[in-house]
Amino acid sequence: MISIRGLKMSYGSFEAVRGIDLEVRPGEVFAFLGPNGAGKTTTVEILEGFRHRSGGEVSVLGVDPADAGGDWRARIGVVLQESEPEPELTVEQCMELYAGYYPRARPVDDTLEMVGLADRADSRCKNLSGGQRRRLDVALALVGDPELIFLDEPTTGFDPSARHAAWDVIDGLRSLGRTIFLTTHYMDEAEKLADRIAVIAHGQIVAAGTADSLGGRGEQPSVIRFGLPAGMVITDLPRDVLAAGATMTNGVVEAKVPSPLPLVGVLATWAAGRGVDLPDLSVNRPTLEDVYLALTEEH
Amino acid sequence: MSITQESPGRSRSTTRLINHQFRYDLLSFWNNTQSRFFTILMPVLFLLLFSSIFRHTKATVPGGTMPEGVYYVGSIIAYGVIAASFTNLCVTVVQYREAGVYKRRRATPVPSGAIIGGRTLVGCLMGLVMAGILLAIGWFTVSAHLSARTLPAFVVTVVVGTIVFCVLGFAVSTVVRNADAAQPVVLAIFLPLSFISGVFIPVSSLPHWLADIGKVFPIYPFAAALVACYNPHTKGSGLSWSHLGLLAVWGVLGLVVAVRRFSWLPNAE
Repeated sequence: MISIRGLKMSYGSFEAVRGIDLEVRPGEVFAFLGPNGAGKTTTVEILEGFRHRSGGEVSVLGVDPADAGGDWRARIGVVLQESEPEPELTVEQCMELYAGYYPRARPVDDTLEMVGLADRADSRCKNLSGGQRRRLDVALALVGDPELIFLDEPTTGFDPSARHAAWDVIDGLRSLGRTIFLTTHYMDEAEKLADRIAVIAHGQIVAAGTADSLGGRGEQPSVIRFGLPAGMVITDLPRDVLAAGATMTNGVVEAKVPSPLPLVGVLATWAAGRGVDLPDLSVNRPTLEDVYLALTEEH
Repeated sequence: MSITQESPGRSRSTTRLINHQFRYDLLSFWNNTQSRFFTILMPVLFLLLFSSIFRHTKATVPGGTMPEGVYYVGSIIAYGVIAASFTNLCVTVVQYREAGVYKRRRATPVPSGAIIGGRTLVGCLMGLVMAGILLAIGWFTVSAHLSARTLPAFVVTVVVGTIVFCVLGFAVSTVVRNADAAQPVVLAIFLPLSFISGVFIPVSSLPHWLADIGKVFPIYPFAAALVACYNPHTKGSGLSWSHLGLLAVWGVLGLVVAVRRFSWLPNAE
């Protein structure tokens, strides 16, 4: 679907993208993460055919986007980061205008239904709320029934229920076999939706893989965390827990262990024996956000 | 930005898409209160005002004098056509470009020619409609009658004018850097030039040096060519080749600027 080899992009002496390789397979949801200014939007706009690159090889749907034509554009859908729909048209008219651009357009009603905007069909685009406008963005990108869809921060500014609704739409597209190239700032979004993730920082790919394995996340220790019961000191804890390197800050004990279950067992027996509870006990793998922050900070 | 190349042999579908774009751009025009007011109502108001105020005075024109009320029918038609083609087109093009409307359209298979063609047709149609409305108002309020002899020259001048001022609208849009500046910049060009080009004041009443400055720019030849069609002293068909020639020169200049500088992307990018 998408193949990138040694992609470079410079603006004057500034290298925004410094030689990246990426592969996106048919039918997958691929999330592209990175801080602002990391080269994310530049890369996406090169893939969408909006920018010429300085170097490297790019192929999208088997075509170089730099000299792709209308036939190629009919096969992709684009949700841009900041672009208004036709301000003076109604939602339905705007959709009809766009549907008319494509050789094989989806029915307008169905597409509006899909993004939950059917009840706003007669509203002027300029009178939509931020979230509704974003849903219209998605609907406009889908109306041409594209094989490949670029979603640039599609849920920014959404309230939680609108985000979940948008995720359902993206899941629906996946089940229809569409390929999705998603950029986002929300780690839960990437984790929920993406089959694979790549992280860009300072113009280079610093990690790529599934949400579970990204940046060695799969091999990192779990963290056991609980509040020390009142009247106890850390040395009252079982020896195994102390041996695992438990530390305490502000009354909260933390221990990092590769396999947490035995230690949790020891803790449970110890607490039951003393008649105390550990109501805030938690066991966590590093979150995708922890991994992401570590990756983008160290580079 | 890479302008995607359109493969050859698609001209029929481009024609269909120009028509498609035209319909929705016309709808956008009509839905916009501001464009309805500035483009349609203002010229009508101006014509009614000027032709009532100057009902009994005479304007000096080539060959003698004519009723000033009739003079203003010709000159305000120029104003109305320019408001519809140049002003409205330029402002909406800047606003659409800066809001990313054009960028989004360019992410679809629609050819660039359809977007430009559709918008130009709206400007031309509105220019012609305005000329028709103002002509009719002038005809019935101040008996500004066009003779059958000068009617063809009138039609040719209006058509050439709408096209030239649409092109100039695209050209000026390329030098306006943000959406808020569009309306003020365009009015700052249009209004002062109108004053020294015989639109609001007959050129014969202006100081020579001011009139000479006005005669360099495209509003003067357009207004003068239209007034000539109403001027009872006009000989022959009334077709003014020197005026149309100057208009055409401006059209070509505008086309060069538009082709060299036009961008679909917001200025910040």
